[in-house]
Amino acid sequence: MSFIAVVPAWNEEGAIGRVVDEIRAYDVAATVVVVDDASTDRTADIAEAHGAKVLRLPFNVGIGGAVQTGFRYARDEGFEVAARLDGDGQHDASELDKLLEPVLAGTADLVIGSRFVDPGGGYRPPFARRTGIRLFARLVSVLGGQKVTDTTSGFVALSRSGIELFAVEYPHDYPEVEATLVALRSGLRLAQVQVEMRERQAGTSSITFVRSLYYIVKVMLALLVASLRRYPRLQAARR
Amino acid sequence: MTPLRASIAGAIASIILILVVVELVRGRRLKERYALLWLATGVVLLILSVWREGLNTLAGWFGVTGYPPAVLFAVAILFIFLVLLHYSTVVSRLTDENVDLAQRIALLEEKLSRAPPPVD
Repeated sequence: MSFIAVVPAWNEEGAIGRVVDEIRAYDVAATVVVVDDASTDRTADIAEAHGAKVLRLPFNVGIGGAVQTGFRYARDEGFEVAARLDGDGQHDASELDKLLEPVLAGTADLVIGSRFVDPGGGYRPPFARRTGIRLFARLVSVLGGQKVTDTTSGFVALSRSGIELFAVEYPHDYPEVEATLVALRSGLRLAQVQVEMRERQAGTSSITFVRSLYYIVKVMLALLVASLRRYPRLQAARR
Repeated sequence: MTPLRASIAGAIASIILILVVVELVRGRRLKERYALLWLATGVVLLILSVWREGLNTLAGWFGVTGYPPAVLFAVAILFIFLVLLHYSTVVSRLTDENVDLAQRIALLEEKLSRAPPPVD
């Protein structure tokens, strides 16, 4: 089955080359699409030099808008399986095997690389962040009617149905939590696999205190609205 | 009772608002679509300024007994809220359309870079 890796990147010239290399090391035949969210450094050129296809956004649209560009590409080019990995190198391409397995087996449409499936997992974030992650996981579990352990993970795999949904419905900023709920409400089958995440390889995280406040409030509102909206049931459309 | 001067000032201000909006539309610096709410604001404020009985009655309904022109302010603020809320929806729509266009450009440019060079 045709596989595409979607890698959103904004000013990741220090990490992007290695990210592309690692995905190609996992699967030489893989199409790697780096979505360059109007970087001001050499991210796009480096990605291209390492053999990725590069989608260059004319101005910064935010992580969600960037990821969605990749999903639109995947939809338009007819890919059947997609994975999203972040351009900072925190997602380990050697774990793609685990992540893609449920999609390839036809048992899931959205596979979340979760840090918390396994209670004894190595990742233990600082208190504030852990509380936030847990709160969102609870909320999405309740509103979506299925237990979700990690809704803030950007390491995910999608089936064709998942690609088609996210090509149309994907929030533009801080998208992961809301997208998980939208997927559940649209009838996508969810699977979760334990993954480890690495410290970022280069550059700086975009999360600051004020932004995390905005993050929390925005996501709560988005979840509320998403549970009031109607979404087309994809499960019913599939034979 | 509304002081006469307050009514006159209100009427003049409303007329100026209406004239400015009409002029902006005439000069194509404001689209009719976005002028309508402003015009409605001007007209309603003008009516309430000129029709002094009406303003008093309205004030009575809302229990504003001391100073009826306060209702004029309240109505003006209400309309400003409406205009702003309307603009927020417009900005939201433009944001979505903008992102959609940016994504299309990125996708088209990638397609273009793959296409064989045009044959003359």
